[in-house]
Amino acid sequence: MPDYLLDVQGLETTFKTPEGTIHAVNGVSFGLKEGETLGVVGESGCGKSVTMLSILGLVPNPPGEIVAGSASFAGQDLLQMSSSEIRHVRGSQISMIFQDPMTSLNPVLTIGRQLEEPLMLHLNMTKKQAEDRAAELLTMVGIPNARERLKDYPHQYSGGMRQRVMIAMALSCSPQILIADEPTTALDVTIQAQIVDLVKRLRQELGMAIVWITHDLGVVAGLAQRMLVMYGGYVVEEAEVGELYANPQHPYTLGLLNSIPRLDQKEGKKLSSIEGLPPVLYEKPTACPFAPRCKWAIDRCWVENPLLEDIGNGHRVACWVDTKTGRARS
Amino acid sequence: MTVNKEALLNVEDLTMHFPIYKGLFRKQVGAVHAVDGVSFNVYRGETLGLVGESGCGKSTTGRAILQLYHPTRGTVNFEGRNLVEMKKEELRHMRRKMQMIFQDPYASLNPRMSVGEIIGEPLSVHKIASGKEVQERVARLLELVRLNPSFASRYPHEFSGGQRQRIGIARAVALQPSFIVCDEPISALDVSIQSQVVNLLQELQDQFNLTYLFIAHDLSMVRHISDRVAVMYLGVVMELADSNALYDNPLHPYTQALLSAVPIPDPVLESKRKRMLLEGDVPSPVNPPSGCRFRTRCPIAQPICAEQRPEFRELKPGHFVACHFAERFM
Repeated sequence: MPDYLLDVQGLETTFKTPEGTIHAVNGVSFGLKEGETLGVVGESGCGKSVTMLSILGLVPNPPGEIVAGSASFAGQDLLQMSSSEIRHVRGSQISMIFQDPMTSLNPVLTIGRQLEEPLMLHLNMTKKQAEDRAAELLTMVGIPNARERLKDYPHQYSGGMRQRVMIAMALSCSPQILIADEPTTALDVTIQAQIVDLVKRLRQELGMAIVWITHDLGVVAGLAQRMLVMYGGYVVEEAEVGELYANPQHPYTLGLLNSIPRLDQKEGKKLSSIEGLPPVLYEKPTACPFAPRCKWAIDRCWVENPLLEDIGNGHRVACWVDTKTGRARS
Repeated sequence: MTVNKEALLNVEDLTMHFPIYKGLFRKQVGAVHAVDGVSFNVYRGETLGLVGESGCGKSTTGRAILQLYHPTRGTVNFEGRNLVEMKKEELRHMRRKMQMIFQDPYASLNPRMSVGEIIGEPLSVHKIASGKEVQERVARLLELVRLNPSFASRYPHEFSGGQRQRIGIARAVALQPSFIVCDEPISALDVSIQSQVVNLLQELQDQFNLTYLFIAHDLSMVRHISDRVAVMYLGVVMELADSNALYDNPLHPYTQALLSAVPIPDPVLESKRKRMLLEGDVPSPVNPPSGCRFRTRCPIAQPICAEQRPEFRELKPGHFVACHFAERFM
């Protein structure tokens, strides 16, 4: 068992809605090593964001509820912490950036004020120290003329610059873990490339571990070391990044990789698509949640949910069928 | 796909400026130069991809072609007739042949109309069918886009994003148009659903010999679906060529930067690729740079780029570029 910085075991999260209880996360386990970048891939509703929000105590209760599981970080279980304890971890040891840089900043406060707040709160800096550090941070994320721009309001920044500010804010207290939830989805490709480049540079300089949540298999390919693929509230496949793209095993991973056209591929070939829709789970599944869309499904898939199993090289997959041969796994 | 070189649509010097009014007397103080002198042909039966980052004017171009905006300048010839000078009644008649598929399947369908009414409306507006015949046609259209014909009595909120986009497509093809502007038809959909919709669009094209103007920011998908591709930046077409020529040998520095920013879902390739990172953000279209629009971010800009707007010239057969120095990339 490797030494994990963050070790999540058997996490289950549900949401109560008027239509019934939605089982968003159904037993997710993963580890994050020090300084490692972990890519988490899946479509909307697969539970990738809720998993991370649960760990940070950001799931509103009610309607959300963490039903089971543990998340140990630095010898403590994050899921058992009181709200004031977790608030202390959040922002200073683990921080998070979100998809939409337009809505995650407060429009009526200056960028400077928003950057200085966590510094004064978590690191007990004086106003003057915080201001200096804030200017330093803005420079670090590549915003020119930083000291002047601290006085600006969010609407005076472009989308890419706002995401840079979010990153500066997340890194302000030198966290050990940065959780990035689709941080480039709202941005144009050229700006996305700038942000990815920035994160790579900062990762090298600061050495933090990163969890990068995305639905874009392209972005994480050049960024992550290890990948989790999620579907229906479960991790269905886990592998080193090279292994996952070269040797995908789970039918869902295969389907995803085959359904996206590649820039370096000539047009013409028909895209293979995954028929059907992702599930909304009103009950915790007892069978494989992907079975209704799976072309490999065998009888067993409809009655029993496969668990993640190691198939060598740290490659784990949750499927009853060996997609290489099309037969049941022995 | 057979492409005979008959221009179905000819766009000449299309310009769309949106005035900005200010002050008590609503005096015009400037204009947003959304589209500035765009010229191209669309050949019958082909798909012309129109790509660019947000705010580059690609959607405005699509809308101005269909006369959803009245262009500031320029001509749009459809089957040899200039749409810009047409009277309302004439234009309405022409709209039978030109349709649009919108980006947001949640906003583009009227929530108070049943699916049958949505798809059947164009049929009754243009007095093509009435009464029972409408219902029959709707049922056939629903089958065509792989939806259950019994869905006609349901309402849009009962459907997922991908299904709604199918409804929008059924509505667009109801009048058997020859030309469809697809304005980011898949951007709002999940990855596994995107390929379903793209495959459907391609099948319909083969079946009815449709001509598409496919507007998107996903360059991989545009390569997949398009015969030719036009790249826009700040209201101007920078480069237009056959899709393989454009992607394999881009002649404009902006196209090169754009392509190099797109991640490829292959970790081995990604680690070897060299990125051409653009500095800064896209300038404001209210006050675009003089001369070449791209010069403020261009790695090879010279003084002449600020003085003269580069001509949109045919450097190789069918390969158009607007750059003073494109020859260096031949």
